[in-house]
Amino acid sequence: MPSLGADMEDGSFIEWHAEPGQSVARGQAICVVETQKGAVEVEIWEAGVLAKLIASPGQKIPVGQVMALVATAGEDWKAIAAAVPPPPAVTGSGAPPPPSGRVKVSPAARRRAEELGVDLAAVQPSGAHGAISIADVELAAAAKKPPDRQAGMRDAIAAAMSRSKREIPHYYLASEINVERAMAWLEKHNAAVPIGERVLFAALQLKAVACALRETPELNGFYQGGAFRPGTGMHLGVAVSLRGGGLVAPALHDVDKQSLADLMTGLKDLLRRARSGQVRSSEMADPTITVTNLGDLGVDTVFGVIYPPQVALVGIGRSTVKPWVTDGAIVPARIVQATLSADHRVSDGMRGARFLVELDRLFQQPESLA
Amino acid sequence: MSGTVRINYREALRQGLREALLRDDRVFLMGEDVGRYGGSYAVSKGLLEEFGEDRIRDTPLSESAFVGAGIGAALNGMRPIVEVMTVNFSLLALDQIMNNAATLRHMSGGQVNVPIVIRMTTGAGRQLAAQHSHSLEGWYAHIPGLRIVTPATHEDARGMLFTALQDPDPVLIFEHASLLNVEGEIAADPQPVDIDYAAVRRQGTDLSLITYGGSLIKSLQAAAKLAEDGLSCEVIDLRSLRPLDDATFIASIAKTHRALIVDEAWKSGGLSAEISARIMEQAFYELDAPVCRVCGAEVPVPYAKHLEDAAIPQVDGIVAAARNLVK
Repeated sequence: MPSLGADMEDGSFIEWHAEPGQSVARGQAICVVETQKGAVEVEIWEAGVLAKLIASPGQKIPVGQVMALVATAGEDWKAIAAAVPPPPAVTGSGAPPPPSGRVKVSPAARRRAEELGVDLAAVQPSGAHGAISIADVELAAAAKKPPDRQAGMRDAIAAAMSRSKREIPHYYLASEINVERAMAWLEKHNAAVPIGERVLFAALQLKAVACALRETPELNGFYQGGAFRPGTGMHLGVAVSLRGGGLVAPALHDVDKQSLADLMTGLKDLLRRARSGQVRSSEMADPTITVTNLGDLGVDTVFGVIYPPQVALVGIGRSTVKPWVTDGAIVPARIVQATLSADHRVSDGMRGARFLVELDRLFQQPESLA
Repeated sequence: MSGTVRINYREALRQGLREALLRDDRVFLMGEDVGRYGGSYAVSKGLLEEFGEDRIRDTPLSESAFVGAGIGAALNGMRPIVEVMTVNFSLLALDQIMNNAATLRHMSGGQVNVPIVIRMTTGAGRQLAAQHSHSLEGWYAHIPGLRIVTPATHEDARGMLFTALQDPDPVLIFEHASLLNVEGEIAADPQPVDIDYAAVRRQGTDLSLITYGGSLIKSLQAAAKLAEDGLSCEVIDLRSLRPLDDATFIASIAKTHRALIVDEAWKSGGLSAEISARIMEQAFYELDAPVCRVCGAEVPVPYAKHLEDAAIPQVDGIVAAARNLVK
């Protein structure tokens, strides 16, 4: 069971997307696990042949526990599968086998099942005369009720943010950036392509942030075990608020290397999956920095809390038309507030400032971000 | 407010009789051995000396004759209390009770009422064998025109008689023989009691024990025993068998979802069957288990102690049935 985010202790196994004997490639999603942040597709990090599936649906599995065995090159998967003793057969709790024919249900239990939307065929009877009783129905209803994902997510956010504010000495910087040129360029670009290929300003922002990070790699990575570990790529965690409340910040990978068009496609896909609770394990664990944009909600400036073990968070506010002095003249221009929250253990204000200056520079050369 | 007194059920009945005789001079008691002998169950002991032969009247051994005489007296403005020694003997007066007492108001188009109260002993438990021990109150509860009440507590034993005498139509009071020597604390000041409603004698949540008369004490003992196992029983004392207070036991079942009827009478065609049917009609969707009955064995009540015990509901049997119902 992989760790799919800070503070994850275990996950509930939901289902396999692969079967024994199947060849799997590194990065292939082979199963789904329910975490506090929703259902996550877990990708395998080893290529080979699935030899044995050990986890079964409904199981709660601690991080680090074996979920499946994989035969790597040169190994016989059947031999590996055979070498592992089969899990003990599920023994009944002494309950009699389900009776054949009509299932006995008390009238009150039948009515209760209707109220609770419980399928009587799935209820284990324990009442008088082997009939399904109200208590049996209520037990089944309680078992059926999904875990309170809302509350779980709140707990996860609370734990991560408390840890952040407890451990990370934040410093904050803000810059006003004139995005008139970038937006004008984007509008021109969008006018020339079909509606489906239009690019949102948010995608351009991500690209700009990723490229700016090249100048200040100490903002991109993790602080773990008392030391900074640089990220292996510009994997930007995109903060997505969910409709039911709470938020996730799954990663878009190698944002600096993607074309704007690919980035837009990736962003749309990620938003859709994040909102329907279908993010992948690598997306949960990989972000090397988080970008949050509250501009759509009318916020001018975001003072973000870093998501540990990351070391920085970039906030982008709304764009507003303001008087701007260019070449001695006052002209109207679209302005955004870009902020940086950064971990002072890893970087200093000078370096943070360098990042914001670079971000500004890139917004003035939008063609370079295409 | 003068606190409580400890008396037995027989004494409570006697106090009820005495009070009725004192409060209304139209009231008189009539029956076999009620006067000089003091009643075959000693309920009316001392009343002849206090109230005289006009109001405490010994009768010949002819149930039909003296019940008929009581009906005549009632028709003529008196308030007779007729004691029939046991319910078995009352069958000799069944014609008077059914064809006259229960029907005259109807037959006269409402011109006459029959304000008679007929008391009789019912039930087993005193080794009086098959001609003195049956529980036939359910038969009487079959008959429109009669009101049937069953005092199971000392308050009801003392208070139901006077309330019954206020009814303009015939009331039959069934006094369980096994209760006569049972002692209990009772308010020294008699309080009026109703004869219309069932009473919840113990609150509970898991199971409704529906019972009356001599089986109430056993049901309460069973409930106490079941409570030790964590099973919470509600005990309903029906008090009135006709009319039945459906609302009380239906409300209880809506809470507990399980019903166990305890009735010393036979099951077949009996009161327990009637209650069971009403539960099906009115509370089917509340039931979480089939209605269960603990009743008298379908035999004439035996004389031998161990056989008599085996023939009627006992605490252990009620406990076992309840456990079976709440798994």
